[in-house]
Amino acid sequence: MDITIKNVRKTFADFPALAGVDLHIESGELIALLGPSGSGKTTLLRALAGLEPIDAGQILFGATDATNLSVQERKVGFVFQHYALFKHMTVADNIAFGLSVRDGKTRPTTAEQKRRAIELLELVQLKGLEKRYPSQLSGGQKQRVALARALAIEPRVLLLDEPFGALDAKVRKDLRRWLRELHEKTGVTTVFVTHDQEEALELADRVVVMSKGRIEQVGTTAEVYEKPATPFVFDFLGSVNLLAGDVQQGKLKLNGLSLPTDTKLSGPVDVYVRPHDLRLVEPTSDGLDAQINFVQRTGPLVKAVAKLAYDDSKVDIELGHLDPMALSLKPGTQVRLLPVSFGLFARMPHAAVQTLPDVVPNAVPEQRGDRARG
Amino acid sequence: MSLGKDQSLQDPPAIPAEFGSGPLQRRNAAITEPAWVRWLLIAIALGFLSLFLLLPLAAVFTEALRDGWGTYLTALAEPDAYSALKLTLLAAAIAVPLNLVFGVAAAWCITKFEFRGKQLLISLIDLPFSVSPVVAGLVYVQIFGAHGWAGPWFAEHDIKVIFAVPGIALATIFVTFPFIARELIPLMQEQGTDDEQAALTLGASGFKTFWRVTLPNIKWGLLYGVLLCNARAFGEFGAVSVVSGHIRGQTNTLPLHIEILYNEYAFAAAFAVASLLAGLALLTLLLKSILEWRYADQLAASRRH
Amino acid sequence: MSSAIQKRRAIPGFGLTLGITLSYLSLIVLIPLAGVFVKASGLGFDGLLHTLGSPRVLASLKLTFGSALIAAVFNAFFGLFIAWVFVRYKFPGKKIFDAFIDLPFALPTAVAGIALTSLYATNGWIGSLLEPHGIQVAYSPLGVIVAMTFISLPFVVRTVEPVLAEAEKELEEAAATLGAGRWVTIRRVIFPTVLPALLTGSALAFARAVGEYGSIIFIAGNIPMVSEITPLLIIIKLEEFDYAGATAIAAAMLTLSFVLLLAVNILQAWTRRSAKR
Repeated sequence: MDITIKNVRKTFADFPALAGVDLHIESGELIALLGPSGSGKTTLLRALAGLEPIDAGQILFGATDATNLSVQERKVGFVFQHYALFKHMTVADNIAFGLSVRDGKTRPTTAEQKRRAIELLELVQLKGLEKRYPSQLSGGQKQRVALARALAIEPRVLLLDEPFGALDAKVRKDLRRWLRELHEKTGVTTVFVTHDQEEALELADRVVVMSKGRIEQVGTTAEVYEKPATPFVFDFLGSVNLLAGDVQQGKLKLNGLSLPTDTKLSGPVDVYVRPHDLRLVEPTSDGLDAQINFVQRTGPLVKAVAKLAYDDSKVDIELGHLDPMALSLKPGTQVRLLPVSFGLFARMPHAAVQTLPDVVPNAVPEQRGDRARG
Repeated sequence: MSLGKDQSLQDPPAIPAEFGSGPLQRRNAAITEPAWVRWLLIAIALGFLSLFLLLPLAAVFTEALRDGWGTYLTALAEPDAYSALKLTLLAAAIAVPLNLVFGVAAAWCITKFEFRGKQLLISLIDLPFSVSPVVAGLVYVQIFGAHGWAGPWFAEHDIKVIFAVPGIALATIFVTFPFIARELIPLMQEQGTDDEQAALTLGASGFKTFWRVTLPNIKWGLLYGVLLCNARAFGEFGAVSVVSGHIRGQTNTLPLHIEILYNEYAFAAAFAVASLLAGLALLTLLLKSILEWRYADQLAASRRH
Repeated sequence: MSSAIQKRRAIPGFGLTLGITLSYLSLIVLIPLAGVFVKASGLGFDGLLHTLGSPRVLASLKLTFGSALIAAVFNAFFGLFIAWVFVRYKFPGKKIFDAFIDLPFALPTAVAGIALTSLYATNGWIGSLLEPHGIQVAYSPLGVIVAMTFISLPFVVRTVEPVLAEAEKELEEAAATLGAGRWVTIRRVIFPTVLPALLTGSALAFARAVGEYGSIIFIAGNIPMVSEITPLLIIIKLEEFDYAGATAIAAAMLTLSFVLLLAVNILQAWTRRSAKR
């Protein structure tokens, strides 16, 4: 079932959690809502489920206006971050709960409920665990039971809040792949929330990047990563260097270096360059002179910090370990750098700051709620 | 959009979490009742509490003043009432400090160390709560009474325990035994042993560690326990009744004095003395609530509301 | 086990504090209580039966336990209800009412006793309203129940409150997304979550009510065979210098205390287990 979100707004106290969100989700899509803590992604997900009443706007499931439907009437499968399994019920009872609370006529018989529960357990590859209690399951198993429980009501859409947030790295990776496969099998329209860009890029058909209650960009994983629409998206997806440049007659000027662009901007600009788009070139070619400060070799990547000669600012560079230039790289080496791909945005007032701290994307602080619950 | 990963990501701005974090903030249509149901339930609950708790309290003060302020003050100024008050204070002054030392010691060994039988020990400390006060009084009569095991020995040495202050103090200790330990154990369990270990690695002695690290951490919880312990010590009736002998002006505590007055149909006087204790109970509740509101984070989790 | 040894070494005072704890506990509580059993066993089976089997004692036991059970059940319902209202809803004066819930703990039992008596006596505020309907509370078994309910009211509220407050709201939301209405959610999701705490609180209330003396003797009227509670019988036996009789009854009550304590412990362990994620 496709979902249409029209100008949805929600304010907590004075804090606008959703400041007018428009989005269309195709039937059968797997969508990631990606953003930092406080970006409104969880609020949007909860608004879709009806768990968070919205102040204004409209939510449509297919052609049905769901805006004023109660949670119960919406028939969405919601998987909570901490699973919210009923501790006093067995796995089978948890899964069958949604069937067992139906009204007299539509309620399946106990035997039928049980059959469905077992069937779903098989689907989530937990056959034989139906008599266990949630406390006897691992995190990954709980996650699957929660998913099976959500699927049991044959939901119009499946909503997952930080589905892998509480799991450790290894389990997280396995589950991610498995969820993708499950999605292909069931074909249910699925929306999940995450603050982990890697997770979003790897799993989703399309990614919705959110910040401060607004959608910054919607696109396929390739689009948002390669053609970030805003500085925020550039920042949030992957690491990035920020340089101060100037656009004159359609050309980017960077300390004497002149690079062709197709920008319509002119005047001072912020130049966003990914570390791997800052190529090492021969000393004879055009480029920016710099000195290597620090080199770190991790697996297939060589990461280095270089100091630009013209303004002493530091930039991150990244190259493959097989790159011939990588071999000789060590602190003190003089290099020449050429931005081969970059994003240009009109200069922001803060752009006097020339470098960004080297933030590893995974180090995005966890949602505050998590820690409180931790 | 202001620049900088550093601002937007590493240090989330001071905004509320994405949805209500505390139970009080739940204004969620999905998990609450319609307003009329809420207000109906609130009305029933408050009506019940008023009828059941506040009315008896009001009755105490009304009855106490039924015959006017003159009678009220006379009842309180009576020598027997005065000596009963003194004895009540004395019993509490003996019982509370002893239970305080015990409570701290018990909480220390239970929360800072692992040993076999710990759970049993905790249960045994709670035991006096489930023993009838009358039985508590009886056990001391059996030991120290004229026909008790130790009775003759004490009589020989001219030490009076039963029908005297020591017996009353013992009975009071018994019934207030668990209060402070019970308050401290969960609190110190939550606090763990990190602070103490840090102090020790910095060269503090065991006693210094307790005095300067542990005690400041538990002081409000300790005060809370003392408050409850004290309230019970002032009000204990059953256990003290058994060991006291009801000798007017000598072995009567305030609650026993109330009984005597009441049985003599001196209702106004009985309620006058009762109002004194009721006032004390109200003071206890007030102090207790202040502790709960202001120092919630420094009390055991179950006390935070 | 190795961690235990390390901890012992790390923090001093184990021997001292455990020594104080065990000595004090033994002197004040354990040895005196053990004395009751030693003495009771000296009476022999026939002696015990002679006392406990007498109609007056049996009547008092029936009254005490029956009333305590009714009080505990009543408090289980109202305690849960009050805990729910105070945890879930906001209303003016909440803090003050919340503080008053503990009044029965803070108010000396003798004061509670005479206050309840004056309220429920036939000329009292409540008693005068009930009398025309033929309901007599004071000086009847009903008075025993009222007093027991009063003094044990806070137990259930205070045991259930924290569990209810900490219950994850996600559980309720999950139930709602699965189609459960509010009442179904309360019955099938919330109630089972608080059930262990509810039973613990009720058991504590029951234990307290069974042993209660101070508040009851004023309101009960203490009519032998009708409204005479067991703790009062112990006192009567003592005053008659019937030490054997008093001991026998005390031993019976103590045994029950132990059983209740065991039950409460099991229930608390259950509460902890079910509260675990």
